[in-house]
Amino acid sequence: MKERRKIRVLIAKPGLDGHDRGAKVVARALRDAGMEVIYSGLRQTPEMIVETAIQEDVDVIGLSILSGAHLPLFSRLGELTREQGLDRVLIVAGGIIPDEDMPAVREMGIRAVFGPGSSTTDIVDFVLSNAPQDKG
Amino acid sequence: MDLAQRLLDGDRRAAARLITLIENGADGVELELKQIYPHTGQAHIVGITGPPGAGKSTLVSALARELRGRGKTVGIIAVDPTSPFTGGALLGDRIRMQELSTDSGVFIRSMASRGALGGLSRATADAVKVLDAFGCNVILVETVGAGQGEVDIARAAHSTIVVEVPGMGDEIQAIKAGILEIADVFAVNKADKAGAERTVMELEMMLQMNTRPGAWFPLIVKTVATSNKGIAELADALEKHLRYLRDSGELEQRLRANTLRELVDAAKEEFIGELWAELSQRDLATLTQSMLDHHLDPRSAAKELVRKFRNGS
Amino acid sequence: MASKQKEWEEGLLCKSLQRAPERREQFVTTSGVPVERLYTPVDIAGKDYATELGFPGEYPFTRGVHPTMYRGKLWTMRMFAGYGTAEETNARFKYLLEHGETGLSVAFDMPTLYGYDADQPMACGEFGKCGVAISSLADMEVLFAGIPVDEITTSMTINSPAAIIWAMYVVAAEKRGIPRQRLGGTIQNDILKEFIAQKEYIFPPGPSMRLIVDTIEFGAREMPLWNTISISGYHIREAGATAVQELAFTLYDGLAYVQAAIDRGLNVDDFAPRLSFFFNSHNDFFEEIAKFRAARRIWAKEMRDRFDAKEPRSWLMRFHTQTAGCSLTAQQPENNVVRTALQALAAVMGGTQSLHTNSMDEALALPSEKAARVALRTQQIIAHESGVTNTIDPLAGSYFVEALTDRTERAARDYFQKIDALGGAIPAIEAGFFQREIADSAHRYQKEIDEGKRTIVGVNDYQTQEPTSIPLLKMDPEGERKHLARLNRVRQERDNDEVRRRLQGLRQAAMGDANTMPYIIDAVRAYATLGEIMQVFRDVFGEYVETPVL
Repeated sequence: MKERRKIRVLIAKPGLDGHDRGAKVVARALRDAGMEVIYSGLRQTPEMIVETAIQEDVDVIGLSILSGAHLPLFSRLGELTREQGLDRVLIVAGGIIPDEDMPAVREMGIRAVFGPGSSTTDIVDFVLSNAPQDKG
Repeated sequence: MDLAQRLLDGDRRAAARLITLIENGADGVELELKQIYPHTGQAHIVGITGPPGAGKSTLVSALARELRGRGKTVGIIAVDPTSPFTGGALLGDRIRMQELSTDSGVFIRSMASRGALGGLSRATADAVKVLDAFGCNVILVETVGAGQGEVDIARAAHSTIVVEVPGMGDEIQAIKAGILEIADVFAVNKADKAGAERTVMELEMMLQMNTRPGAWFPLIVKTVATSNKGIAELADALEKHLRYLRDSGELEQRLRANTLRELVDAAKEEFIGELWAELSQRDLATLTQSMLDHHLDPRSAAKELVRKFRNGS
Repeated sequence: MASKQKEWEEGLLCKSLQRAPERREQFVTTSGVPVERLYTPVDIAGKDYATELGFPGEYPFTRGVHPTMYRGKLWTMRMFAGYGTAEETNARFKYLLEHGETGLSVAFDMPTLYGYDADQPMACGEFGKCGVAISSLADMEVLFAGIPVDEITTSMTINSPAAIIWAMYVVAAEKRGIPRQRLGGTIQNDILKEFIAQKEYIFPPGPSMRLIVDTIEFGAREMPLWNTISISGYHIREAGATAVQELAFTLYDGLAYVQAAIDRGLNVDDFAPRLSFFFNSHNDFFEEIAKFRAARRIWAKEMRDRFDAKEPRSWLMRFHTQTAGCSLTAQQPENNVVRTALQALAAVMGGTQSLHTNSMDEALALPSEKAARVALRTQQIIAHESGVTNTIDPLAGSYFVEALTDRTERAARDYFQKIDALGGAIPAIEAGFFQREIADSAHRYQKEIDEGKRTIVGVNDYQTQEPTSIPLLKMDPEGERKHLARLNRVRQERDNDEVRRRLQGLRQAAMGDANTMPYIIDAVRAYATLGEIMQVFRDVFGEYVETPVL
């Protein structure tokens, strides 16, 4: 008998800020929607995030950042995910990211950005309908 | 190239994916496991369990660092419970293992317990095989000390560390959880807190009453994982235990018993799988109805089922 | 009275409810505390005016810490500001002062908050983003150039590296001929709430507390006008706590600091008057006012009865307030002006000593000049136009406000007992108690919004599709380069042997139990950088990893 395939999500906080309220609320919402959520904690470098995503074989990476350092960090993360062949992984971000940075952020491989006021229902729905479906 | 071959060639993504397939009970996973089996049996498998809040993740992290310092590669499997209400899980053990996350000699995997405990122990055992074949010298399997699940995992491990902390009530937690018997080594963590000596003494008394003469007498190590105290001693205790297992012949016995159990478990599953494939739905419905009507008891119905199967129904 | 009320309930009210039921079955505050339909003298029966309220400036200070309150002196209008280089922030300070701000408040960038120089790898991408970058005394000198630091008070939001940033401020002033005794201001310096909520900790709790007690001791000896700690509920609230949790956890932290200083051998009356507090003012108007009033009363009682402080100055709680950043919406950001005005009004009605009002664009980015000015104007309108400053504690005696103040105090004391049972603030942190309570509250709050049980105007109701048109702050694109050039110049021009000697002296002090402040000041004076000094502490104390609470 086969179990239903679970979506595995990595929630990580790149950058130095310690504001983890959003990351934790989203992590709980995804868990409540039946997903397995790996929370790797604060102050994660792009290298740490990508290596964790590999080992945990996640389908989705959720990045939460409020410090304003998103452009250089996402850019490095985008490079690393491409180098490591993680193209199938759905990457989304949350936090304060100004509209004018959006085109650049998308270019770096971030598929969606959930800014302040986003509902967790929308986040869950987006992940459910966009997480890759190609394994096991 | 198939996953097993890529894994044997050292591809981390292949190792990670194979564990996912095991967790999902995916088609084709048996074939992969078959290929890696000849390459297993090399690692020292260590179970680590204890009550929530005992500092297990920190201890595992510190122990892994110590083992790395001794030139060993390390695999870590951290098991956390799945929520029975939502089927989801929050896995946070990596928070304590951050500094290991970019060490290429360490592979960490968080697993949710998902369905039944039996299922957990098998998926975990298979994941251990993956990391074993992948070349990890030591594999640390961390679980929350809750009872039967740990006992099952301990059977598959060579050495089991039970983590205790002082001041969590009067009773030794391991007794409460029924896991005193599985400990080869006790780590009394947070040993800088009041009551550590007392916990050690109580453990010693407990062990003196419960340990058979001539058997391995569990070692007790005081640790403060957050500041790395006692971690080298803990690693020494594990080495000592492994040496004992080898020298006393107990390793051989354990492996034989464990392998037999694996064979029986696998055979059961094989058999049930075949039974399921061959059975006619009509027979099944008829027998179920007889039980519902209380004409047949479950055991007799099962015997009837097997009889029909043998006769090729 | 009770019988009259019963008559009303069964008669007029009952009929009215039959005709038209109320909008909701239960009414609750933002924090989920139930609010009754009506409060009457019954709700405050038996309340003793003298012991529970008292007169302004007198125990238990429920009505305020000063006998004339805002009739004498308005609160300090202190706008939290900082971004990019020291030059840019210096210009913003001068702009705010020109427009009537009466105190300074410095926001530092993330590398500074973590004690990294701007060129360390962990600082990547963070330069000047959340505040001003300060890597050495040279930056601090630029930051306050031309600002009369002997006449104005400065608050600095800095925690793990607080002692070092404070030392830089002191040395920068002394180099201008202003003695440290004349400097007034505040360092936040509250590490417990970092472990609990904001997570910008570096060292483990033990050495962190030691550094704080070093500053308290040094301040008590040498800087009579300086608040050596600002015990902060603001960040606890921002992390998702309720008003009661904010109050209880903050005050409990305060008790822990007092105990730590007493354990060092200090006399409580020598340092207690220099402790200050910092609260959040959120959306629920009366709940916030009750929180402020209860805070003063609890603190006075605890200081007098628990710690046996003799001086009335030790009993009174002075606090700064900031309107709730987490209440700001990115949608229809102009509405934030109204939210901020109401929150600021609550802070004033609650008797705050100093106030920061958020700018409307802060859910989107750092505040622009104009947005910061509107926020400041909001305070000025409350101060000069609304009339609420004309009398002291105008809501005292309100059946509702008094009942809510009492209830808030009781709820906070229930938390005190729970934390006591866990063994105190640090064991409770290590057990993840605060963190779990806060994460649960944040989860509940978000769920209520998602399920439409709580209305946030413009977010889950009354939405519009129009794009936002708030002009955002533009920083100097050359800022980071200029800052790094100054840092390199400092490293070249200083006497590097002297820096090494002084850092070595600091290391010895840190390893022993001497007060580290004089050694930090020595190192700062020789232009040792923030990162270098913090590295000494990182080596000696180690770094903390949090207890995971999900």
